[in-house]
Amino acid sequence: MSQFAINLLFVGASFALYIGIAIWARAGSTKDFYVAGGGVHPITNGMATAADWMSAASFISMAGLLASGGYANSTFLMGWTGGYVILAMLLAPYLRKFGKFTVPDFIGDRFYSNTARLVAVICLIVASVTYVIGQMTGAGVAFSRFLEVPNTAGIWIAAAIVFLYAVFGGMKGITYTQVAQYVVLIVAYTIPAVFIALQLTGNPIPMFGMFSTHTESGIPLLAKLNDVVNALGFQDYTADVDNKLNMVLFTLSLMVGTAGLPHVIIRFFTVPKVADARWSAGWALVFIALLYLTAPAVGSMARLNLATTVYPEMAGQVEDYDAAAEQALIYEDRPNWIRTWEETGLINFDDKNNDGRIQVYNDSNEEYAEIAESRGWEGSELTVNNDILVLANPEIANLPGWVIGLIAAGGIAAALSTAAGLLLAISSAISHDLIKTMINPKITEKGEMLAARISMAGAILVATYLGLNPPGFAAQTVALAFGIAGASLFPALMMGIFSKKMNNSGAVAGMLAGLGCTLLYIFTYLGWLFIPGTNMLANTPENWLFGISPLSFGAVGAMINFIVAFSVRSVTQEPPQEIQDLVESVRYPKGAGMAVDH
Amino acid sequence: MADDKSNAAEYWKANVRTIIGCLAVWAFVSYGCAILFRPLLASIPVGGTDLGFWFAQQGSILTFIVLIFFYAWKMNKLDEKFGLGE
Repeated sequence: MSQFAINLLFVGASFALYIGIAIWARAGSTKDFYVAGGGVHPITNGMATAADWMSAASFISMAGLLASGGYANSTFLMGWTGGYVILAMLLAPYLRKFGKFTVPDFIGDRFYSNTARLVAVICLIVASVTYVIGQMTGAGVAFSRFLEVPNTAGIWIAAAIVFLYAVFGGMKGITYTQVAQYVVLIVAYTIPAVFIALQLTGNPIPMFGMFSTHTESGIPLLAKLNDVVNALGFQDYTADVDNKLNMVLFTLSLMVGTAGLPHVIIRFFTVPKVADARWSAGWALVFIALLYLTAPAVGSMARLNLATTVYPEMAGQVEDYDAAAEQALIYEDRPNWIRTWEETGLINFDDKNNDGRIQVYNDSNEEYAEIAESRGWEGSELTVNNDILVLANPEIANLPGWVIGLIAAGGIAAALSTAAGLLLAISSAISHDLIKTMINPKITEKGEMLAARISMAGAILVATYLGLNPPGFAAQTVALAFGIAGASLFPALMMGIFSKKMNNSGAVAGMLAGLGCTLLYIFTYLGWLFIPGTNMLANTPENWLFGISPLSFGAVGAMINFIVAFSVRSVTQEPPQEIQDLVESVRYPKGAGMAVDH
Repeated sequence: MADDKSNAAEYWKANVRTIIGCLAVWAFVSYGCAILFRPLLASIPVGGTDLGFWFAQQGSILTFIVLIFFYAWKMNKLDEKFGLGE
């Protein structure tokens, strides 16, 4: 069977499974559509949350980021897991007790203000739509690579699939579909990692293998990796970072962003009890950690494999790295996986010194330039897109064809599950918070469902359109989504629970200030609405305020939000007694019941 | 709603204390051990690198899981003790 047929079989079978589940669990009432009847077990919910959370960014691109950045990119690992601690302790149980369907519901009721509700809806839509664009692009790339169709066709296929089960299944369809997707994606992620860890270290558990001895050279894997990358002019894989302030703020931004992202929060409305919301967050993190603890092993091992593919002499015990560097791979002898990925344009070879060999090294390292010159090298000749690392991993390690098919199914599952969860959050914000609560309270249940489905379809079209015409900012968009959620929604939710005296004016002013400052800072460096060339300052570390990168600014935005909210509150009236009673009741699990209808 | 106001206030205080304790550990392992104090831990070797690196890529995540489960367990006990559970 050809690789194409195997990929088709795996992707097709996994789709049949998701769609089958969506049809089987078709939503009946409005409540089913949003929160799956409030009857999802914490472990099930944890698994679905994990699938919801782990997007194309986690599955496809994170290991590649770790491989290229080493220790410095640990921020992604800590940020995207540490957010669950805040979520579990500061938000999830209380929002479950509050017992409404959506994030703007809570903000609107708690701050007794439709302005607050509207601001929350705007923050939610901006954060979610930007996030979906990235998922559509990711799914499109995965589809086009594995089904061998053009990128455009890949995106349309992704849009059609998401539309089918998100629109017809509702939350319940998504919850059980996402359990299936979690299983597919975690199996797809770990199997190649286990094989590779075995090959390199003899230890089948990737997270232990990473810290054990590299079989071929007899020294620890990470020490070996440092030696190899050093010999090629790169800094140590494990090297420390100078700008600690930025690293701390970036991690914090990702953490508060995690806790403020509406599609994750909405998950905790679906468990039967408040106690279950707490357990649920724990289970979600367990399932997420399975991938996040494996990712650093995948990243470091792939980096080593890549280097030793190009410089085969560097693989074993090396006496003289200089001599090994002379023996770079002859281009005509390159392995098949380089050939296949060259066709996608994501690997490029340019024989700058015309010696027929592939030289890869750090050509921006000035100290190393002399060494390179003495060897007759005229620049690094192979560019490898970070994002192909996970997808190409099984091919690099010579694993059988079915593992490659599995990775295809897993990558697509990761992108689709997150897109579907985000679309649900968007559609409920529009149909429920905007139309039902603010514009037409008399709308029938049927009408509300219809509005939800139409807005979902609308959101898919917008995201697909933007995915088809990528403005070239996938990584920045994801960061913007986190920045917006962390700087606007997270502080409002937290103050709504922990500060009984926080009032409507304070919350609205805080959200607007947090959102405004964050957008302003990001747009200053990345261009207004990300339009290239409209940025006022070049996006380089020298220009950053106090060395804070635009990606890290969400944390500062959140602090501004808190400060503005408390300042405004101190000069305005305190909230009415019934609101203070509401806050009081949210704090105690007693009498939570099912998620209430209204 | 709590039947007894002072009881409820007591419960909330205990909850906030637990959260502060957990978040102190949360910040210590991630911002502390993995980032700011990494140079101080450089002398403790872990499989080819140092303890700070291990905390950044493994240890902090494992600690996060323990923290959430500890919190859920502790809060269940508090719910029961104050009679405020479901």
